[in-house]
Amino acid sequence: MHLYEIPLIFVLIGLVLYVVLAGADFGAGFWQLLAGPHGERVRDHAHDSIGPVWEANHVWLIFVLTVTWTAYPSAFGAIASTLCIPLFIAALGIVLRGAAYALRAGAQSARERRPIDLVFALSSVITPFALGTVIGAIAARRVPVGNAAGNLWGSWTGATPLIVGALAVVTSAYLAAVFMAADAQRIERATHGREDERSLIDGLRTRALIAGLVAGAVALAGLLVLHSDAHFLYTRLLRGSALAVVILSALAGFATLALVARERFEPARYSAALAVAAVIAGWALAQRPVLLKGLTVRQAAAPHDTLVLVIVAVLGGALLLFPSLALLFRLVLAGRLDHGGERAAAGAAAPAGAQLGRLFEASRAGMLARLAGACLLAGFGLLTVAEAGWAHGLGVLALLGFLGCGFFAIVPSQLADQ
Amino acid sequence: MTAAHQVYLLQARQMQALSFSVHIPLVCFGIALPAMVLFAEWLYLRTGDELYRTIARRWTRIMAALFAVGVITGTILSFEMGLLWPNFTATFGGVFGLGFAIEGFSFFMEAIFIGIYVYGWDRLSPRAHFWSGVPIAIAGVTGSLMVIAVNAWMNHPGGFRMVHGKAVDIHPLTALFANSFLWPELTHMYIAGYIVAGFLLAGAYAIGRLRGKWSRYERTALAIPLTIAALASPVQVLVGDWAARDVASSQPIKLAALEGLAHTTKGAPEHILGWYEHEKIKYGIGIPKLLSFLAYHNPEATVAGLDTVPKDRQPPINVVRFAFQMMVSIGTLLALLGVWLLAVRIRRKRLPESAWFYRAVALAGPASLVALIAGWVTTEVGRQPWVVYHVMLTSQAVTGAGHIVVGYTALALVYLAVAGGVAWILLRLARAPLRERDPPPLPPAASPAS
Ligand code: HDD
Ligand code: HEM
Ligand code: HEM
Repeated sequence: MHLYEIPLIFVLIGLVLYVVLAGADFGAGFWQLLAGPHGERVRDHAHDSIGPVWEANHVWLIFVLTVTWTAYPSAFGAIASTLCIPLFIAALGIVLRGAAYALRAGAQSARERRPIDLVFALSSVITPFALGTVIGAIAARRVPVGNAAGNLWGSWTGATPLIVGALAVVTSAYLAAVFMAADAQRIERATHGREDERSLIDGLRTRALIAGLVAGAVALAGLLVLHSDAHFLYTRLLRGSALAVVILSALAGFATLALVARERFEPARYSAALAVAAVIAGWALAQRPVLLKGLTVRQAAAPHDTLVLVIVAVLGGALLLFPSLALLFRLVLAGRLDHGGERAAAGAAAPAGAQLGRLFEASRAGMLARLAGACLLAGFGLLTVAEAGWAHGLGVLALLGFLGCGFFAIVPSQLADQ
Repeated sequence: MTAAHQVYLLQARQMQALSFSVHIPLVCFGIALPAMVLFAEWLYLRTGDELYRTIARRWTRIMAALFAVGVITGTILSFEMGLLWPNFTATFGGVFGLGFAIEGFSFFMEAIFIGIYVYGWDRLSPRAHFWSGVPIAIAGVTGSLMVIAVNAWMNHPGGFRMVHGKAVDIHPLTALFANSFLWPELTHMYIAGYIVAGFLLAGAYAIGRLRGKWSRYERTALAIPLTIAALASPVQVLVGDWAARDVASSQPIKLAALEGLAHTTKGAPEHILGWYEHEKIKYGIGIPKLLSFLAYHNPEATVAGLDTVPKDRQPPINVVRFAFQMMVSIGTLLALLGVWLLAVRIRRKRLPESAWFYRAVALAGPASLVALIAGWVTTEVGRQPWVVYHVMLTSQAVTGAGHIVVGYTALALVYLAVAGGVAWILLRLARAPLRERDPPPLPPAASPAS
């Protein structure tokens, strides 16, 4: 492995996480679409199971974009300009989906929810499809180097991009069915069967099985398409380490089906994710070392210093990110953030300190006010009158001190008591 | 540059401007609202007074809705880096990209903890819940730090050399953080966030007061954001002056455009209002030597004029100048409003009673939004025709794909719909009864009308 490949590995990891986590979100929208007019139950469940993790799941796309444009800028420019149409469609899909999601919180009746859910569901299908065609176009080497050097339509409407787009949609649906079934089962167990999730679980199980079979069929069809449309990729996919990974993916896919059939949804989550990850890894191995037509990863990579800093930044960020993500998912999987998980929190705070606190605040306020005044004067002198850079730095700190002291001196809560 | 190219360059610029103008107001809430929510929750934890909890909970809903919209508009901006300006990203991604990569992690933290905070009300212990909000407030700061670092670099580029149209010798850390332009820009934007969010939020309750809704709940919910904005506005004038001196030293042509100064002048005058035409300010009020004094602290200093560069290297002067004057006049008025509140508070120890004060607060919200956008127009349009100052022209950065007008129209329509949706949900949240699942309210401490 070379230095210039490490950021690409980060990108691929981000892509896997995006496809799995956000894919499950997209798929939830897909099932909403199919749920029809009587699918209120499925819709609500789909909405609830996304809830707290929704925002975090979608940041993976931002991660993929930013690391790509930092570490492989020329490739990013070529991809974004030639594939601007599907990318723009995906972007609009993301906007509509996000807006619909935010609005649903304010909707009060089923009548209000219906149009919102429709927008949500449609954009949940269009977005992964468009993003899938982007991947397909890159894989089929339809993106030449340069500013919009490729064919704006032809590049992503070939057989390979379209089949990858379709694969993205069914994979999302499959993942969503498995994840939602696991959530329903968890809720049922957590409430010791008090919440009747049985019919929901059965429905989701059937959906997962069907979607799993369809996803497998589309993947096989994809191989046939590659055979005629992108033969170089086909041959490299069925050779060496790429082949091993493809086989792993197929095995994980079968294992998931078996687990779903036996209603062991929790492990099925992980085997489904593994199947997806293996497909992406197989693609990467088959394509290596070429990034775009006529451009290897090495040629596309940014200079040494940038790569090192990106790697340091990502690893450092991961130290912060993964414990936080673990906390979030632990809370979610433990049902701590579910509906009905409320604890009687009111009154838990200690009101006893109230009077004392007021007295304390009153005597402190005068001192703070004087301090705030001093900070303001110092800030003016250092920032506005003085010329040196260090003085400006101190001046800004003094002004921030003015804001802080001033705020607590004014005691807005007392101001309101009048 | 061909004529067709010209046309779609203009479209690309407008699409960029539209996307920013939608994103940046939301960002202000991302910067300032978490801190205000946490302050209210902290008051609740200290006093046990349910009123503060109600305020914090209601603001949490606003925060969650605006955050979701902030995320999608930000995602559009990320796409546009490639969709509109692929050559900019392809050439300089290695220089500035690191900033966005780091920013990505701060978005992660924000998104994760917003999930925990929003869904954790009543479900986590009060203390744990409070602490789960702290990373959101921190991430709001670091998130804007990184984008501003990129923008400051575009205005005052460094940390690389150009050889045959390629950036070499790249030092991303120098480019992003060893940049004198960053600090005034960051401080100014950060304070703007508090001003905009503070006045808009307070404005909603000021309108309520004008309509007779004035219980302790409204007074408290007004006082917190209003205090913040009132303190921040006078400070903003000082910081803005600092920013202007920085522009004078690193972007003299931008300064000349801000002031409509056609020729290099010793002891340059400052013009207020008026219109730039035929290398002069028409109908403006001139104050002798003030510009030299403000920009260089010396009434006799020489200020570079627009004539130091050819015409096609000058920004559109009236746009920039008008935006700048708009920001400065609004900024001055906001500062006066802030001083009004502080004076009444110091002398009478209460909120002002004049209805005019509350009318002014209601207006201050939208006005500060205008100042915010005007400020960005000053910065960004003032930098034209360069995208990376004196290194790359915006026309060299733009995509070769054409047909931007289709995307522009689609985005404008979608944003219009989203704006309608956001307005709808905010009204819904505002009209929701004060307590739904909570126990009945404590009796208000003071009589409703004051
Ligand atoms: C609430 C918003 C607000 C208010 C009241 C002001 N500004 Fe501002 N201003 C901004 C919001 C803003 C901003 C956030 O929109 C900008 C754009 C880029 C930046 O860093 O801050 C800005 C930029 C900006 C610039 C351009 C910097 C550049 O080109 O990089 C100058 C010279 C000033 N401001 C000066 C002032 C002065 C002298 C003000 C007061 C009288 C003032 N601003 C009030
Ligand atoms: C990274 C941080 C950036 C920030 C904060 C920023 C901010 C803004 C804002 C607020 C506007 C709107 C001005 C208006 O309303 O007219 C704007 C306009 C614009 N921005 Fe930036 N921008 C950034 C990056 C970029 C990038 C990456 C490009 C392109 C390469 C760019 C090029 C432009 C152009 C061309 C306009 C339109 C100017 C015009 O209307 O004449 N900016 N920017
Ligand atoms: C080229 C310019 C910009 C790009 C590409 C961009 C990108 C983004 C993205 C992708 C998000 C979503 C984050 C998430 O998924 O959680 C976002 C949100 C945010 N952005 Fe921007 N942004 C730009 C300009 C700005 C500017 C000028 C500021 C501040 C001064 C800013 C500050 C923020 C903040 C604080 C958030 C958090 C979300 C919120 O609170 O609404 N961004 N931005």
